[in-house]
Amino acid sequence: MTTVSEISRHRELFANLTLRELRGKYKRSVLGWGWSLLNPLAQMAVYSLVFGFFLQVDPPVGDPSGMHVFAFFLLCGLLPWTYLSNSLTSGMDALLANANLVKKVWFPRELLVGATVSAWGVSFLIELGVLSVLLLIAGNMVIPWLLPVAFIALVQTVFVLGLALALAVWSVYLRDLKYLVGIGLQIWFYATPIVYPVSVVEEALEDHPSLFKLYLANPMAQFADAYRDLLYSLRFPTLGNVLYLMACAGVSLLIGVTAFRRLDGRLAEEL
Amino acid sequence: MSEPAIVVDGLSKRFRLYHDRNQTLKAAVMRGRRARYEEFWALRDVSLEIAEGATYGFIGTNGSGKSTLLKCLARILVPDEGKVLTRGKVSALLELGAGFHPELSGRENVYLNGSILGLSKRELDHRFDDIVAFAGLERFIDTPVKNYSSGMYVRLGFSVAINVDPDILLVDEVLAVGDEQFQRRCNERFADLRAQGTTIVIVSHSLGSVRSMCDEVAWIDQSRLRAIGPAGDLVDQYLAEVHEDRSAEEHATGSRFGSGEVRLERLEVLDREGRATDDVRTGEAVTFRLHYDAAEPIERPTFSVELHTIEGVLLTRPRASEAGLTPDHIKGRGTVDLVVDRLPLLPGTYDLSATVADESSLHVFDSRHRALRFDVEPGDPHESFGGVLTLQGRWQHELDVSSPLLDGC
Repeated sequence: MTTVSEISRHRELFANLTLRELRGKYKRSVLGWGWSLLNPLAQMAVYSLVFGFFLQVDPPVGDPSGMHVFAFFLLCGLLPWTYLSNSLTSGMDALLANANLVKKVWFPRELLVGATVSAWGVSFLIELGVLSVLLLIAGNMVIPWLLPVAFIALVQTVFVLGLALALAVWSVYLRDLKYLVGIGLQIWFYATPIVYPVSVVEEALEDHPSLFKLYLANPMAQFADAYRDLLYSLRFPTLGNVLYLMACAGVSLLIGVTAFRRLDGRLAEEL
Repeated sequence: MSEPAIVVDGLSKRFRLYHDRNQTLKAAVMRGRRARYEEFWALRDVSLEIAEGATYGFIGTNGSGKSTLLKCLARILVPDEGKVLTRGKVSALLELGAGFHPELSGRENVYLNGSILGLSKRELDHRFDDIVAFAGLERFIDTPVKNYSSGMYVRLGFSVAINVDPDILLVDEVLAVGDEQFQRRCNERFADLRAQGTTIVIVSHSLGSVRSMCDEVAWIDQSRLRAIGPAGDLVDQYLAEVHEDRSAEEHATGSRFGSGEVRLERLEVLDREGRATDDVRTGEAVTFRLHYDAAEPIERPTFSVELHTIEGVLLTRPRASEAGLTPDHIKGRGTVDLVVDRLPLLPGTYDLSATVADESSLHVFDSRHRALRFDVEPGDPHESFGGVLTLQGRWQHELDVSSPLLDGC
């Protein structure tokens, strides 16, 4: 496949573009990289206060870990979500933001989107690292589970990349896709069990099992589930869950690459 | 002969001209499709081959499609029909410093931009000092590029691009960056690249530099390939035609101001025989004639002319009064001539301006800025390596008799 060989030839460029994203992101801010940790911490504080304390959302007890802390329950779902939402928001903007580059130099344009996603991926990994340390302190022995977590993170990256590629190239042709995606992400956030456990929805949809199935078909619900199994409950996710995630990632990447291939040629004119 | 470095075969490129470029969802839904557009062929069935190691130029008027052709060679635009084959590493100087990140330092941007242009980290490490030295930015290399002046920015971009050591270098009108010193270094670098056998493709409006740099030229006219040939011949042919087109139009160019007591009705360039022309040769006798009409008596008017290159560089501004010519008074029609025995301009296109003012030059009666455009064609002396004027000097050579070289003879 030409794309793959071309991208591998450009891996240094890919690394450099990623570094550009990472270095550029917090340049000239006093806290620099601290922000990438403070953001999820602030979100965690707010959500914990609102959902854990005011609304008294009861997190499930981790089995077999026995953990029963809302903040940890929340973070295991919130961090992957932030990764997705940041990657999609800035990934879909990658071509528009680099219009001058696209119009003047040739290189595989996928790299721009890929670099944005991978920069957020790096942030995500750091956040996961910090979360793991906190979990260790709280008594969850997560170390043996980190390898499977890394695998799920990889699958999620493929999933995110596919969506970001498609959105990036479509948004060149249809500029207000950006706003639509903004709204979509908000709805998606609450349609995913992040600030509440799945059991809440299960109870509410007791009489509509097919609706509940549909609810569970949401890939992000499955991702959150997988991360929680590994980090919060300290058990393997079900095989079905993992296979489903891999299938979602595959479909997403296929859509992304196809869309990109189809519209790539006229990018320089449309920008 | 070796295989060509670039083969363009039946290349056509179509653009969409949007009537209202409304890329919003609302507009799309309302109309049931994306914006309405008309198709426009920017290039139609262009075929050419560029030999390895050649320096090749594309010439043509604005909008003829030559830049589109260059972008197709650079793979930035994808042709709708036909194909482009390039052999070797292609580097395009289309915009300098494209992709610089303002917050990053010059150093980081060199690595970033270098890898965009296809250099590996190792190659960049190796060339880094050269690149920085070439741009003359040693002291500023760790400063964020947003603090660079635009000249520094462009110099760094140029320096990275030209140190890529491409097999094929595509250049679009960017040769004129930086100060003289930098210009000189660029020209030296171009000469090096040519000597190394780099294939260079240039798009330029500066016919002088095309003539002096290129071996071969393709003339693109209204999206089609008009002719291919040796640079000198084709540039002359092109100039001849462009100048014909121009005479067909009114000389409506340029701006005009003044109080109007005297009007400059017409400017003329006269050749040796005194015939009006807009096509003269280097080294020929030329007369610049100003036809004036004074509606009321004017005392001691001052006449002056200006010559500009088409890029707008002022070449000279001779004034009649400084040369001792100040008519005591004028009334009605008359002419003022500036007679040049040997025209020192090299081939190219120039603009003539003229002004008539009062003796102090403070009150302008009529000033016609760049009112007449004329071409200079190759003549005597024949200097084909660029520039705008000839010193009409003589070259001499003398051996130093005491030179040790002669001892052995």
